[in-house]
Amino acid sequence: MREKQFTDESVEKVIEIKGLNKAFGNYTVLENASLDLYKGENLVVLGKSGTGKSVLIKIIIGLLKPDSGLVRVLNQVVDEISYEALLALRLRVGFSFQNSALYDSMTVRENLEFPLVRNRKDLTKQEVKSSVEEMLDAVGLSQTINQMPSELSGGQRKRIGIARTLILRPEIMLYDEPTAGLDPITSREINKLINDVQERYHTSAIIITHDLTCAKEVGNRVAMLIERNFDRKGTFEQVFNSGDKQAQPFFDYNFIQ
Amino acid sequence: MATEKDLNANQNELKPVGRFAAWFITLYDVFKFMGRFFKEAFLPPYELKELVRQCYEIGYRSALLISTTGFITGLVFTKQSRPSLSEFGATSWLPSLVGIALLRTLAPLLTGLIAAGKVGSSIGAELGSMKVSEQIDAMEVSATNPFKFLVSTRVLAATITMPILTFYTAMVGMLGALLNVSVNEGTSATTFFQSSLESITYLDIIASTVKAILFGFTIAIVGCYQGYNSSKGTEGVGKAANSSVVIAMFLIFVEEVVCVQIFSLFNT
Repeated sequence: MREKQFTDESVEKVIEIKGLNKAFGNYTVLENASLDLYKGENLVVLGKSGTGKSVLIKIIIGLLKPDSGLVRVLNQVVDEISYEALLALRLRVGFSFQNSALYDSMTVRENLEFPLVRNRKDLTKQEVKSSVEEMLDAVGLSQTINQMPSELSGGQRKRIGIARTLILRPEIMLYDEPTAGLDPITSREINKLINDVQERYHTSAIIITHDLTCAKEVGNRVAMLIERNFDRKGTFEQVFNSGDKQAQPFFDYNFIQ
Repeated sequence: MATEKDLNANQNELKPVGRFAAWFITLYDVFKFMGRFFKEAFLPPYELKELVRQCYEIGYRSALLISTTGFITGLVFTKQSRPSLSEFGATSWLPSLVGIALLRTLAPLLTGLIAAGKVGSSIGAELGSMKVSEQIDAMEVSATNPFKFLVSTRVLAATITMPILTFYTAMVGMLGALLNVSVNEGTSATTFFQSSLESITYLDIIASTVKAILFGFTIAIVGCYQGYNSSKGTEGVGKAANSSVVIAMFLIFVEEVVCVQIFSLFNT
């Protein structure tokens, strides 16, 4: 666990969620859920598949609408702002998809250029080129610049996805299952990259995962999504050793050293 | 544990609506989609670069097939019409007949059907694949309006390109007819074109252009709607591509009938 205190009153909240409710038909996913993300911290959201972890970050970025409750991101209430304001907010919040969601018809270079060219019209061609090269260097994949996404491995795709998100220099990163489907060694590399991103670009992040190794390696704090809310929160050790009957089976199943 | 996609599917199943009501809901969604297109397409910022790329893609994708089909249609139509006309000693009317038939109906209809198969399916599959692999969501979260970038440009491009392709089909068809007439009647190119163009009116050109614009818009809006709203993984992509073609072809025939009725009022 990466010890660092972020939850002091003095630390600014970059995301504030209060009384959030979301249901799909008769199936309630989130019920009166509350969660805060503090500036500079990596918050891991743990939970079983299908419990609504991804729904949470899709609500934060405005891809899904909450049924009720408050979702404040960088001092803006997400479902109350205009579409134009939401687009502007999204420039400050990066989202790394579970399956990377790279544009298949574009090369790696074009994938990275796409958000930059469209949102930073003040940049010259040379500046765009330098930014792309710098970001690829940061994720250690400079050699893939002219490759198509179909030519990359799962781990490389994840890294490029993160690079494409980072190129706009967001203040908050939302990672959706960053290590899902990867072997343990590649997972470790992705965990290291997430920590590097936090240190190098001073981002705050929510990491959605069910991988305990990932939770332990990247999280400053852990929130468990059990029974549609985040009542179990704290450091990894606090949650791990809580003896909570609802949380324990998850840790037993995902045994780690 | 149910996944998010299962939850969405369950939600759809839970809606207490019959097939009839569901049809109206879909129709409402389609009109909403079209309304959004008109709003997004004509308000800045404009996606000119992508629009030009799409025009090139749509024209390039269909050009070879259209050339071949147009040429063969012109040639075969002339050959099949000759026996009927020769009974009345009217083979000299062949260029006029071919010109009118091609411009009024054959060229717009053929081009529309070919584009529905070639361009419509491609749009449906491409957007469907982007939707299920979250590429559209990725565009959305990178502060790009995906509707404007993907849908507005494709619909505008098809609407602009179809009249050009239609007149190109008519021209290639005339060349096919010219080949047949030259071989059989020894008619020169000048005489052939003079004779066929004389019988064509401005109304024919306007009607053909309006139909081509309508067909282009229909093909692209159907493809985009199907692709943009596809779900259920790869199966959904296949369905989106298939329905893009089937629905667009059906609508093209309906529009053809309606347009013929409307423009025949001006002819009388």
